This record gives sequence, structure tokens and C-alpha cells, in this order.
Amino acid sequence: MSTFHQTENPHGQEGNVRSLWKQSVIQFKHNRLAVAGLVIIVLFIVTILTTMAIDQITNYSFYNEYIIKQDLSLRLAKPSMAHLFGCDEFGRDLLLRILWGTKLSFAIGVVAIAMSVVMGAPFGMVAAFYGGKVDNAIMRIMDVLLAVPYMLLAMAIVAALGTSTMNLLLALAVSGIAKYARIARAAVLTVKDNEFVEAARAVGANDFTILFGYILPNALAPILVQVSLGIGDSILAVAGLSYLGLGVQPPQPEWGAILTTARTYMRDAWHISVFPGLFLILAVIAFNLFGDGLRDALDPKLKR
Amino acid sequence: MFRYILKRIIMAIPVLIGATFLVFTIMDFAPGDPARIILGSNATEAALASLRESMGLNDPFLIRYGRFLLGLLHGDLGTSYRNGKDVFELILGRLGNTVVLASSGIIFSVAVGIPVGIISAIKQYSKLDNVTMFITLFLMAVPTFWFALILVIIFSLNLGWLPSSGMQRGFPDNVISLILPTLTLGCGYAALIARTTRSSVLEVVRQDYIDMARAKGLTEQAVIWKHMLKNALIPIVTVVGLNFGTLLGGSVLTESIFSWPGVGRFVVDSISYKDTPAVLGSVVTLAILFTLVNLVVDLLYAFLDPRIKSEYQSTWKRAKKK
Repeated sequence: MSTFHQTENPHGQEGNVRSLWKQSVIQFKHNRLAVAGLVIIVLFIVTILTTMAIDQITNYSFYNEYIIKQDLSLRLAKPSMAHLFGCDEFGRDLLLRILWGTKLSFAIGVVAIAMSVVMGAPFGMVAAFYGGKVDNAIMRIMDVLLAVPYMLLAMAIVAALGTSTMNLLLALAVSGIAKYARIARAAVLTVKDNEFVEAARAVGANDFTILFGYILPNALAPILVQVSLGIGDSILAVAGLSYLGLGVQPPQPEWGAILTTARTYMRDAWHISVFPGLFLILAVIAFNLFGDGLRDALDPKLKR
Repeated sequence: MFRYILKRIIMAIPVLIGATFLVFTIMDFAPGDPARIILGSNATEAALASLRESMGLNDPFLIRYGRFLLGLLHGDLGTSYRNGKDVFELILGRLGNTVVLASSGIIFSVAVGIPVGIISAIKQYSKLDNVTMFITLFLMAVPTFWFALILVIIFSLNLGWLPSSGMQRGFPDNVISLILPTLTLGCGYAALIARTTRSSVLEVVRQDYIDMARAKGLTEQAVIWKHMLKNALIPIVTVVGLNFGTLLGGSVLTESIFSWPGVGRFVVDSISYKDTPAVLGSVVTLAILFTLVNLVVDLLYAFLDPRIKSEYQSTWKRAKKK
């Protein structure tokens, strides 16, 4: 945790008045663990972009040759110099499959959260802004959504719609709506009684402008913090559902899906179990550290 | 106090009904014609139509939901497409196993998490604290199913100490077969509880009443247990309760990996067989279980937090005086 205080100003030349965002960036930079998390995330993003670029340049011939094509002579090959992480049950290089799997694991996790926020946050904001009956009605509906555990709700949706990557995404997005509605509601409640809201009303701004133009920018910090902390869980959920066969389908590479067969072969091929899991852990830790750092930087109230 | 309990129970009822409605609506989208699944692909169109009519599949959505809810209250969740057995009985036979696994997971995580959190908080910034916090950070990021695989590889395949799957009957085999699933389910949760306990205790440590308690000359034991922990417990109970849903979700994965005969594994199996009544019944059952646990957590607050107790006592007394 950073020992840097907001009142201190080590870079005196920057002047005394700083925006919240600028101050937060400086504070974030002083949090070594958070920066480490960010660096790992950036490395993963570079991996994703590289794999995508290779796919585009080679017109998927590399993908088909090394990620999808089976080579039974290398079946369950142990890690070696030629295949650092060994090979899977179809003789495909595990390291390459893990690297190519980054895209789906990350993309589904992040997009699902983004969709949850876009669908859920407006409900929470409206509930907090109008209060009373509106608040009650909206939040009781959210209570119902929260009454079904996240993973189970996602599983039920996948079961009803059928197993595919798109349905997995949709299932996770819907399952997260209530959580982000609650978070947005709490965030709006803390700022909606401020004087700038009254001022906006006094100059004749309508409810929509007040809510999205004035309140939202000021309530954004806690929402962003929760989003960044939620990505780790989301990636774990993607992997968990894919592991159960309810998400990304073979032969597409995804970390959880790679692990599906690991249990069958763990007696002969421990490497299939170990390596995809380590990548998952690394990704989740990175997002958690990043989120913790963001919280410390953006949300002074939550600081310990 | 009684009013608080009553209010909480009454508030839980619409949530329960809503949850059944939500799951019923979702499962209504499930593909496949139940009549065809039951009669098989050789059935004639006339037989299909008459079965659909007798099953009430042609009725409007709300009537079907009403029938489902009524059935639920009578312990009737329909028959499984897979084997024609009564879904309610299938679930009932497995629910106990899920409760055993979930409880042992919670007991393990609380028994480990709270003491670790307290020690970490008391020795803040010590080496012990740093190491513990690093381990908890790691454990919270570990996927349940991966952790299970690693535990099985180490303790079953290499060391041969513990069974890799299934539930053995009879003591002590049943306890032994519970160890790996409990660790799988409980470790991440224990890490979360340890971190919450640590920050919650750290918050309380700085309060004036702790200085006061020490100044009064209380023993360190009394300060920690009576003054610190009781006040630090409220956020801990919140985290334990709120994450029970995650635990149930995790138990789905854990049960699948260890072939644990619980409701979670039943859900996954039923999904792969497209056995809609079984999926619907078991998800509803787990949602009800989750809501009931949340209710218990809410009620626990009343015992832990004197502010809630007094709020309701005073309104009660005020009402009496009037």
C-alpha cells in the first residue's frame, strides 16, 4: 500500500491545484504492486494483439497449422526445449494454445463486465436519483437477480440458450447486471446531494443532463474501481464455465477449455493441468492488484 | 428484535418468488420439445400433440408458471426427462451432500481465515503478515477447478494419501473423502475471510474504545476477544454471507471434479442431457438455499450489532407506550 499522501507534492513544479484524475495517476504510480499488475495486463494485451496480428498476416494458416491441427506423434509430449510447456492430448503445443487462448479468456471476461455495467448501471443511477418508489421497484428486481448465485444464473442461461461463446458472454453479462446496478446506485447516492447538482438544476438542466452530465462523472471513480476488481472474477467465471463444457467449445483455445481434458490425462500429463492454470492465476492477480491500486488512488474513503 | 426477524422473513418471500419466476422464465427459452424428448423420435404427430396437451405445454406462460409454483410448494418439480424419476426426490437425495460440502467448506474457511486475519492484523507489516497476505492474494486468484486438479495430482496420484473422487460411506472414510473437496472449496474463501478480518480488525484497533479498554487494565486477551473481535465481526459476517453464493457456484465446479453426488453436479449433468425440469428444479433449489442463508446472515446482524437491536427495540417500546 502506498504511503504517499495526497497533500504532499513531490513534483513541486506542477503547481498546487491538481485534478482528481491527475492526482490519482500520481498516486497510482507510487503503488508498486498496482504498477506491476498494470504491466502484466499490458503484456497480456500485447500477447493478444500479437496473436491477432499473426492470424491476420498469415490469413489463419499459422493458427490452423499450430493451434488447431493435431499431431498424434506428439501426443501428451512432456515439456522440452522444442515444446516448452509440452503438448496436449492431440499433440498440439500447449504454450501456443495458451498464448492464443488469452484472447478469448480476456475478451469474454472484459466484454461481459462492460455489458453488465452498460445494462446495470443506468438502473442503479435512476434508482438512486429518483429515490422512493422508483428506487424500491428497481432495486427489488435487482434483489431477485441477486438471489440466484452468479455462476448458477450464468449456467441456467447457457443451458437455456445452448452452449456457445456468444451465449456464454450474454449469460455472464446478464448475471452481472444486478451487481453493477447496486454499485452505481451507491455511487450516485453519495454525490447526488452535492451543491453542484443543485446548481445544475438551478440553471435549468433537465434530469437526464444532471444524471449523466453532472452526477455520472463524479460517481465514476467507485464504479471503475469495482469494474477493475470484477474483471478477475469474470475471467475465472469464463474459465470455469468453459471447463464444464458450457462455454468456449473445442477446438478453439481458451484457458478453461484447455483444462477440461486435463483431469483425464493428469496421471500421464501433469503439464496440461499446471500451465493454463498458472496463466489464469497470473491474469487474475494482475487485475486484482490493478484494481486495489485503482481503489487506493481513486477512492480515498476506502483506504486503510 | 422479534419485529426485525419478522420483517426480514416477510421481505425474503417476494425475493424467493421472484427468483423462481426468473429461473422459470430463463428455462422457458430452453430448446427442444419436452413431448418429443419423452416419447422419442419415432412418436407420431398425434401422440406428441396429445402429450403436449396433457402436460399443459400449450397453456399460456403465466399459467404454466403458476402450476410450477404450486407444484414447488407441494414438493413436485416434475419428472426428469432423462430417467422419468421424480425431480424433487432426485434433488432431495443430493441436497444433503451439497449442504455437507458447503458447510464443511465454510467451517474450514472461517476456522482458518479468522485466526489468520487476526494474527496478521495484530502483527501488521511483520514478515508473517506479508507472507500471509501474499498467500491469500494468490489463493483468491486460484480457479477452484484448477486448485482441485493440483490437489488431486499431489495428494491422490503422487502421495496416494487421499481418494481422488467420490463420496465414501461409513466413518472415517466419509470424512477422508471430504478433505480434498473441502480444501478446494474452502481455501479461496478462507483467504477472502482472512483479508477481510485483517482490514476489519485494523479498523477497530485504532478506535478509542480499544485504548480505553487497555487503559482500564484489561488483559490483552479480553481486549482482543471482547472489544476488538466483537466489533470487527460485522464486516466479516457480511463477507461470509455475501459470498455464500460464490461458494455455491464453486461447489458446482468442485462437485463436478470430485464426482461428489450433490445438487451442483446434478445441475451440470442435467444441462448436458438437456434435462430441463431437473435443471430448473435444482437451480431453484440452490437459489432458495442461497436466499435462506442470506436471511440467516441478516438475522445474525441483529445479534451482533446492538444498533440494529436497539433500533427495533425502541420502536417496539415506543409503539407499546402509545
